[in-house]
Formats: sequence, structure tokens, C-alpha cells
Amino acid sequence: MIPEFGNFALVVALCFAVTQAIIPLLGTYRGNRTWIQMARPLALGQFFFLLFAYATLTYAFINNDFFVAYVAANSNTHLPLLYRITAVWGAHEGSMLLWTTILGVWTAAVAFFSRSLPEETTAQVLAILGLISFGFILFIITTSNPFATLLPNIPLQGRDLNPLLQDPGLAIHPPMLYMGYVGFSVAFAFAIAALLSGRLDAAWARWSRPWTIAAWCFLTLGITLGSWWSYRVLGWGGWWAWDPVENASFLPWLVGTALMHSLIVCEKRNAFKGWTVLLAIMAFSLSLFGTFLVRSGILTSVHAFALDPTRGVYMLLFLLIVVGCSLTLYAFRAHRIHSGGQFNALSRETFLLSNNVLLFIMMTTILLGTLYPLFIDAMHAGKISVGPPYFNAVFIPLSIPLFILLGIGPLMFWQKMPMKKIWQRIWLGLLITLVIGVVITVKILGHIHIMVIVGLTLAAWIIALTLIGLIQRIRQQGWRQSRNYYGMILAHLGVGVCIIGITVTSVYSIEKDVSMRPGNTAQVGQYQFTFMRTQPLIGPNYTGVTAVFTVKENGHYLTTLNAEKRLFPVQHMATTEAAIDAGLFRDLYISLGDPLRHGGWSLRLYYKPFVRWVWLGGLLMLFGGILALSDRRYKLAKRLATKTSSNQNVS
Amino acid sequence: MHRNPLKLLIYLIPLAIFLGLAIFLWQGLHINPHKIPSVLINKKAPQFSIASLEHPQQTFSNQDFHHHVVLLNVWASWCMTCRMEHPILMDIAAQHIVPLYSLDYKDTRKAAETWLREFGNPYTKVGFDEKGIAALDFGVYGTPETFVIDKHGKIRFKQIGAVTEEIWQQQILPLVKKLQKEA
Repeated sequence: MIPEFGNFALVVALCFAVTQAIIPLLGTYRGNRTWIQMARPLALGQFFFLLFAYATLTYAFINNDFFVAYVAANSNTHLPLLYRITAVWGAHEGSMLLWTTILGVWTAAVAFFSRSLPEETTAQVLAILGLISFGFILFIITTSNPFATLLPNIPLQGRDLNPLLQDPGLAIHPPMLYMGYVGFSVAFAFAIAALLSGRLDAAWARWSRPWTIAAWCFLTLGITLGSWWSYRVLGWGGWWAWDPVENASFLPWLVGTALMHSLIVCEKRNAFKGWTVLLAIMAFSLSLFGTFLVRSGILTSVHAFALDPTRGVYMLLFLLIVVGCSLTLYAFRAHRIHSGGQFNALSRETFLLSNNVLLFIMMTTILLGTLYPLFIDAMHAGKISVGPPYFNAVFIPLSIPLFILLGIGPLMFWQKMPMKKIWQRIWLGLLITLVIGVVITVKILGHIHIMVIVGLTLAAWIIALTLIGLIQRIRQQGWRQSRNYYGMILAHLGVGVCIIGITVTSVYSIEKDVSMRPGNTAQVGQYQFTFMRTQPLIGPNYTGVTAVFTVKENGHYLTTLNAEKRLFPVQHMATTEAAIDAGLFRDLYISLGDPLRHGGWSLRLYYKPFVRWVWLGGLLMLFGGILALSDRRYKLAKRLATKTSSNQNVS
Repeated sequence: MHRNPLKLLIYLIPLAIFLGLAIFLWQGLHINPHKIPSVLINKKAPQFSIASLEHPQQTFSNQDFHHHVVLLNVWASWCMTCRMEHPILMDIAAQHIVPLYSLDYKDTRKAAETWLREFGNPYTKVGFDEKGIAALDFGVYGTPETFVIDKHGKIRFKQIGAVTEEIWQQQILPLVKKLQKEA
């Protein structure tokens, strides 16, 4: 019965989506108020049925309903409840349902929070979201139905969830990432609505901004969690590998960051409008593109598991329609946009524009690197892979000017600023940075490492100038700054913290491959790792071995660590549960390899200084975004709107 | 607002780039990234000699299919895809065109025997490759995999993943017929 409910809900949601895409849009052209006003209820209806379908699948997982093929493939009677709930998005079909349900969440949010907007705009935005949703629901029903059944052979046992995905980090990583990906659909819909109606103005930028920031926040959290998950679970102590799927999430993040900044210029200065619309289209296109990359199996990676040509063809066609139509519309409308706002070469506009250009070039180089193996293969020139050396070689040089600009940008005036004034605001920061740079160089004299000097000096530059800007502003205008402003400060400090983490952990990490037997001790830096014993491990759906270690620092007892090797019998797969002693300034990390003869084990021991700072930086950026999002101006707009509408009611 | 064709052209650039990208992606879709050319194609099948599944005292080795065109299927009772592939193998066996041999990969005797009893046994002979050693020599990545071996004991085709009706009709069957005609 359950799968029928799910199928039914999906079909009803499809009907709602198609109606939501057509009726309100026609209404705006024909000036039919009733049709325009149908957008909201239709959106909420669609959301309800998507949610129902999603809940149905979750229910099937909780009850291990192996009658449903997808459940049989990804669950097991021994799988703990938490992982049965998260197994819903453990493979292709359920991931797509999650994607679409999240699109429903954003659509409903637009329907709910857009009461201050003109009804026509809301109708257009919701219609565009409905169109996207229609494409995805159709995709699910025709090529990836999670409710397909295994009649008449119902298996007694399921194949279990991929053991790598049985981790609390994964419980929240994909939903957050999807919230970010899909969130850009709202900024996209606003951009398309503005192009359709030809009203590309400051109001459009003001409405788009909170949605862009919200999507950006989720994406930031999703990427940070993903990085943390791979560090914990994959057992190689890395936090970023330039894997195609990581890149797929990083591309929209870069463009989203650019969009967030250029929207400011649009709103305040009425400039960069054509460019900003293009960024809004691109951010969502890259999200779709990322979904395509991951879901079509066009690139091999840990994450890509669907390998079905029909799915790939459908998604590519969908991508072609959505992105192709948007860019065509853009071409024919954008060349008539008149951007106002004259500005001087020395102005905040210039800095924001440079920030955009740099972020855009970064995105392009990463996109090229990600697709290059594919190009080569498509031209039958062989199979190659592009690895971290390429990405580091292009990304690091581009990030240096970006970070230099990042320090100064917020201190600049709009329109124009004389050199003397700029100097007044940055000389102290420059001095502090130079002093720190010299101190670092002297301190590491003997084994000079250029990346450490550059990285830490840049971080010092960003943090010093950001704090100086904050102090100057508070001195002049007092503590009562907008949350938007404090959000910016926090996010920029986050960038600095992140750079420190990346620099120190990349250069000063120590990694040691050893084979040890109980009783042996290995030295890593100033730490002594002693292998005490192994003991058997029995989990709900796995068995394994725990290796117990004690760690001493210069001879003083520090902690006891348990590294695990888990064997999942159903999937015939072994996973490594790294033992990590986490700290703000260093992580100690033990990853258990394979058993050797005579009770020995191959092991990997790591000392990873400042690795937490990478994620701490990500979290600071996230909090910055949240703070900006909670700014009064967005609430004020709402309050004003309710006031006017209540006035209307009275009259 | 007047139209400026040159300006329009500039704004068409993103579309042009995207369309170029889409063409590559389209081509990319038709490349299977999992398709790793096997080094064993057109080489002698590795020598192996392992216990038979049903009769532990008997052995199963290359000698069993000497001078015949055969299919060698690697499967396991714990493998869901094998379960899905199984009906096709039953069909193939029923057609009596080509004998089907198999390696039971990293399995237990009891589970494998129960499996064959329950769903039917399409195989002429099953080797019990408990540790997966024979399969390792064949370069098996996972189950199921199916090899076509010719009269001279050479591997002529390798299917990674389940054999489907389509693959059987379009690739394996024509090849088997061709190989059977070879001297």
C-alpha cells in the first residue's frame, strides 16, 4: 500500500507543479488577478504533496518495507533507526526526492515570506519555481522512482546502506548542501522574473539579497560539513581533495559569493545589473550542473553511483532547456539594461567588481579542471585525471589578489575615494601585517616556507584591516551598527581564520605510515603513540576490531584513543573509523589500515595542527551570513508591508 | 530604447559558451567511466583448479570446458545484482546454445546451495571460490561479471555488472555464434 501512496502523492505534486508554472504566469500577461493569486495556494499544495511523498518513503525505511526496491537496496533490519531515516537520501532515487522536496520547501518559503512583494512578482517567481519543480518531479517519476516495487520477489533482507554513509556527519551534510544548491533557485527565479517583466531595479536586488544570503549560508554549512565528514570517515586525514563532486558544490558557492556581493552594488548604486542577473542565472545553473555531474555518473567519484544513460540524457535535456532558455532571455533583455551609478577607479564599486571578476575566474578554472578529463575522453584522446596539483596551482595565485582586495574593499567609499583617505585607513593595518610577516619569517628562519609566509601574512592582513575598519566605524558612529555590517565583519574574519587553518595544516602536518604490534611505540612530532591492545568490536550491523592507543606528549600521558576497523557483512565492506583527539591547535589522528601477520597492523598516524580552523572559518562565514540575514531592514520591509496591506483593508 | 546588434552579440556569449559545453557533456554521456578495458581480453584465461560447489571432493578447472565456447559467470549468494541477473541466466541455460559455468565468489557453501535450490541452477558446473582467489586471477572487481571464453581457452569478452537481455542478444549471443564457427 505504502508505495502506492507515494506514487500518488508524486503524481498529484506533478499536477500542482505544472499548474503552478502555467496559470500564474498567464495571469500576469492577461492581467487576471484570480489567476495571479492562485500562485500561493498552488505552491503550498505542491509542497504538501511532495512532503507527503517524502514522509511516505521515510516511513517505508523506518519499517524496512523491502517490498519497495529502493528500501531493499539501501536498508537492512540491523541498520539503526537514525541511519534508516538518513538512508532515504543514501542513493540516487531518494536523493532526487530530497532535492525536489527541498525545492518545495524553498517554494513554500517564498510563498510565505513574499507578502510584502507585488503580487505579480510573486506569481512570476512561483511560476518559475513551479517549472523547475515540474522538471524534477517528472524526472523522478519517469527515470528514478523511489517507490518502484520488487514484486513478486520480496527479499527477506535488504542490502544495507553504504557503510561510508553510516556516520552522523552524513545525517546532515546532504540536506544542508541541497538546501544551498536548491536555494539559488529562488535568486534565479527572481532574476528571470525581472528579465521577463523588464523591471530590473534596486527593488529586485533588495528582494533577491536575503534569499541569496540564505542559500549561501546553507551551502557554506553543507560544504563545511562535507569536508569534516570526509576527514572523519574516509580515513586519509584530508579535508579537501578537489574531487569532482566537491568541486560541483564549490562552483555555485564561488558564484553565489560573487552574486551576494554584486547584489549590494545593484541595490545601493543601481550598477552592475546585467552582470548580477547573469550571476544569479549562473549560480543556479551551476547547481543544476553539479546535480547533473553527480547524478548522471558522467564523472567517477566516491559520490557518483547512478550510472544510467537515460537519467543522464534526461538531466542534460533539462539543463539545456532551463539554462538555454534563461541565457537566451538574458541575451535579448540584458543588452537593453541601462546601468546607472558612475564611479571612479578608486571606489568600493571597483573593489567589488574586482572581487566578482576574480571569483568568476576561479570558478572558470575549477570548472575547466573538473571537465578537462571529460573533454579529453570525449575527443577519444584517452583517460586522464586532473588532480590537486592543477587546482592548487591555479587557485592559490588567484586567491592572493582576492584576499588583498578583501582587506581594503570594506574600507572604501562608494563612487570615489582619494588616495590620501585610503592611505589614512589602511596604513596601520599595513604596518601590523608587515610586522607579523617579518616576525613569521624570522621565527621560521632556517626552514623558510614561502606558503607559510604568504598565507599567514594574508590572513593577518584580512584580520587586521577588518578589525581596524570595525574600530574606526564604532569610534565614529557608535556601537549601533546594522547586523548586516557585523555579519560582513564576522564573515571576513572567517576567511582569515580559514586561511590560517589551510596554511598551517597543509605545511606542518606530519603523516607517518607505520606497522605496529601491541606494545610498540611510534613517535610523531612531540607525541608518542603506544599501541596497547586490540579488542573485538560488535556493532548493530557490523563487527570489527578496536585498536587501543595511549598518547603521550613529551612523556606525559595525554589521552587514550580507540581506532576502529568495521566490517559490514551485508555489503562486504570494511570502513575505518579514525580515532581523533581534537583540539583547537592540533588534531591527533590514528587511522587503522590492514592487519599484518603476527598480530601487527599497518597504521597511519597524523599530527594535524590548526585543522579545526578550516571549519571554524567556515562556521564564522556561516554565522556572518545568518547575522546579515537577521538584519532589521528585511523585517522592517515586512512590517511596512503589513501596515500598508492593513490600511488597504480598512479603506 | 534602440536595439544595438553588436551589443546583443556580446550578451549572446554566455549562451554560446553554454551550448558548447552542452555538446561536450552530451558526448561525455556516451562514455562509460566505469569501462576499464580488461588486459585479459584475447589472452588465455588464467589457470585455476578449485573445489566444485555441490561436490566438494571434485574439482573445477579450465579442463572442464576445454575445446568449448563457454560463458563463465562470477556470482555470489549475497549479491543483489546477481539475483536480478539470475532469470536471464536461466533463460540462456534453457536455450542450450552455450554452456554456462560459474565461480561462486567469496560465499558460504550453504548459502550458495540454498540460493541455487531456491531460484534454479543454470550452471553446468559451479566452482566454489571461497576466498575469491580464482576470481582475483580473472581480474574480477565485483560481482556479477561474465566472461566469454573461446575454444582455445582465450577470454574474448568481459561483462562487468549484470548481463541483461539486451547485452545477451546484441553482444554475447552473436559473439558466441561466431566463436563456435571458428576452428
